[in-house]
Amino acid sequence: MSGKRGGRIRDRRQFRTVQRDGRRREKPEEKTLDNKVPAVRMCGITKTFFGKVRANHNVSIDIQRGEILSLLGENGSGKTTLMNMLSGIYCPDCGTIEVDGREVSIRSPKDALNLGIGMIHQHYKLVDVMTATQNIILGLKEEKYDLKAASARVREICERYGFELNPEQKVYDMTVSQKQTVEIVKVLYRKADILILDEPTAVLTPQETEKLFAVLRNMKKDNKAVIIITHKLNEVLEISDRVDILRAGEFVGSLRTSETNAQEMTDMMVGRAVALNINRPEPKNPEPRIEISNLTVRSEEGLLKLDDVSFTINSGEILGIAGISNSGQKELLEAISGLQKVEKGDISYIGEDGKKVSLIGKDPLDIQRMGVALSFVPEDRLGMGLVGNMDMVDNMMLRSFRAGRGLFVNRNRPRAVATHVKDSLEVVTPGLSTPVRRLSGGNVQKVLVGREIETAPSVLLTAYAVRGLDINSSYVIYDLMNQQKERGVAVVYVGEDLDVLLELADRIVVLCGGKLSGILDGRSTNKYEVGSMMTTLGGGEAR
Amino acid sequence: MNKKKAPFAHIVKRQAISWKSVWMIRALAIAAAIATCALVTFLLTGDDPISIFKTIWEGSFASERRMWVLLQNVSILLIISLAMAPAFRMRFWNIGGEGQVMISVLATSSCMIMLGGKIPNALLIVIEIVAAVAAGAVWAAIPAFFKSRWNTNETLFTLMMNYVATQLVAYFIIIWESPRGSGKIGIINQSTQYGWLPQIGEYKYLLTVIVAAVLTVLVYIYMNKSKHGYELAVVGESERTARYIGIKVGRVFVRTMLLSGAICGIAGLLMVGGTDHTMTTTLAGGRGFTAVMVAWMAKFNPVGMIFTSFLLAFLSKGAGEVATQFGLNQSFSDILSSIIIFFLIGCEFFIQYRIMFRKEAK
Repeated sequence: MSGKRGGRIRDRRQFRTVQRDGRRREKPEEKTLDNKVPAVRMCGITKTFFGKVRANHNVSIDIQRGEILSLLGENGSGKTTLMNMLSGIYCPDCGTIEVDGREVSIRSPKDALNLGIGMIHQHYKLVDVMTATQNIILGLKEEKYDLKAASARVREICERYGFELNPEQKVYDMTVSQKQTVEIVKVLYRKADILILDEPTAVLTPQETEKLFAVLRNMKKDNKAVIIITHKLNEVLEISDRVDILRAGEFVGSLRTSETNAQEMTDMMVGRAVALNINRPEPKNPEPRIEISNLTVRSEEGLLKLDDVSFTINSGEILGIAGISNSGQKELLEAISGLQKVEKGDISYIGEDGKKVSLIGKDPLDIQRMGVALSFVPEDRLGMGLVGNMDMVDNMMLRSFRAGRGLFVNRNRPRAVATHVKDSLEVVTPGLSTPVRRLSGGNVQKVLVGREIETAPSVLLTAYAVRGLDINSSYVIYDLMNQQKERGVAVVYVGEDLDVLLELADRIVVLCGGKLSGILDGRSTNKYEVGSMMTTLGGGEAR
Repeated sequence: MNKKKAPFAHIVKRQAISWKSVWMIRALAIAAAIATCALVTFLLTGDDPISIFKTIWEGSFASERRMWVLLQNVSILLIISLAMAPAFRMRFWNIGGEGQVMISVLATSSCMIMLGGKIPNALLIVIEIVAAVAAGAVWAAIPAFFKSRWNTNETLFTLMMNYVATQLVAYFIIIWESPRGSGKIGIINQSTQYGWLPQIGEYKYLLTVIVAAVLTVLVYIYMNKSKHGYELAVVGESERTARYIGIKVGRVFVRTMLLSGAICGIAGLLMVGGTDHTMTTTLAGGRGFTAVMVAWMAKFNPVGMIFTSFLLAFLSKGAGEVATQFGLNQSFSDILSSIIIFFLIGCEFFIQYRIMFRKEAK
């Protein structure tokens, strides 16, 4: 199955623009024309926060049983808010919700579950030291605490839908995808038949995504209603029957997936035509900038995080780093930037004059003082890269506040830099003195990336630079990275969306469980090669 | 349809709140606190509430002397609060202000007792100042050092240091007690005034007030304009960010606590050398803890702390006055103070959150 599907998806450009045949869709026509009572109908929903932020305005959607509905929209378009109202976390200001044609009021997640509505949130809420079954029955007061019976039921649910799950496995031993499975089984165990999944594929490998989709198709066959919140267009096309699109809190349209394509959906989602291509200029005389040899890193708990990893980062090139989450990406970047203790191996910086210096045992300040212009856009933007409660000026100062003699800081230059970043990257903010945590995710990232490239780096490390960003902001970030590449900067891009990695990176380093699984050429490889190297050392036969 | 759609009330975190609304909420809380105090006093003693309010006012403003005492109280409380501010901005939960003040009280007293008359008075005063500041600084830096080295819990550590300091003071009171058997030290160098800080004009408390004012300005500049102040703010917001930009977090902990302790040392010095001229175990009188509240309520802004320290000093004076005027014991004034503090801390909830009631359908 995977081979065949792989072939179809390989050319993404084509996949995006050519209208897909509707073979896989299961006669959605009849289902809605049937005039059946929808499983859920949300009608004229409006939700306002703090009396001014309009998260949803007069949104109406419905979903049938036996249907998979995608809810598509940019960040802040109100997808999650809308679904939170369905799952009892918020109450709508006005509008009605009907379940099976009956008007209901959902005042808590418990109410929602009683109506058969279960939501799987983006961040899993599991107790690490408990087994899958224990987590699943946690909080069920009505039931007698009978682990054996519960395990049996969990097994039965897994078999029915094709989950792979060991009910006795402890959560701390699980991969992200297994944890997600536990969350899904948890709502199924509570007899939910309307399932809402918030960006379920964000953390999965292509292979895991396929397994999830297979399960979702089984649920659909079982006449359940499934709603997926997403902004990945190819997945919308692959899995759902219908897609409802939200923009700025308003409903802009509902499309039958078999009759649309990525371009049309993007245009509706963004509200204007958007070019979906990512540029990839040819690298101009790349030369080694950072040499990593036999790098071994252990976490504070003594776990092996990186094991004998060697590769070179070149100037004028974007090096992609692929891997399942937590395969050592974070440790790798932190080791290079002097934040992570290295057990063995070497990291050397080779200057433009060919001089080689080792970065081992140096902290970020030492590295800066050695004249190595190293910039790092960390994964945790507000917890590490920026200070959320400080304004743009003070955040710009983070790198440069030591400049100048004397005891006092001079805010004139940071203010000029902040103004420049704000204007050139079109940061949307009420003003330079607004705390950056109040900005939207995309603008926060612009501030961070803007600051890091303002120092004219020779090496730019980025971790999940577009995570959670909407399409527009993502493309701004891709463009910025390409600009840096053309300036001759050695750019490292740790990413999770393989489609983007494959379009952006010149070379791709694949990590698997802390080991180097392989180095691929970004122009000639494909998603499935990278995916299988992510799960198995050196690729081999995945699965 | 007349169905209940939303819960009757729910709590919402506030996005931003203007300082005007903050003080409105606090003013309401104070009004409620005073009303409750009046009610409690009335119910327990049968006294007239209006006269209770009057007494609270009179506690601070009835005479010039009382106003000076209030000013002195405000100043000492303000100085200790200024000491708390940098540490708390750094999210270093220093509740050891009490101990840092007490240890410098001990340092000042010992200089006065042991060196008084043996060296020139001016030199004695200089030594006294150095000793008090150093004692406070070291006392505060010990927990910071342990935290930076072994990641110990600073809250427990500073709390324990309070007891150590107080017990040391108790021990030396017995050693130096005079007259013998009184269990007290009495006024140190009463006749010679060795080691007493100079009095400005005829105002006994003026020196303390001036020092507090100067410190307020200095701490404000340190926290908002200096590189150190910026560093400690970054450390407080996120240690990870601090490491990311190469700030040595442990060093900032120790450095800031040295400063905190030094300012507490000045408070101890002023109390012994400037106004009280004696040493008792209750000299700090819980102000090391009250200062935490003063600093917190003003969001660590030194200028705001002038108001919050004034407010708390005024209210506690008033509570004490009510207890004495109406012939009640000290416990009653504690009850009144507690009511006031309860309302003041409680109202912070309404500053952080808002309660939304269900809108009735039209």
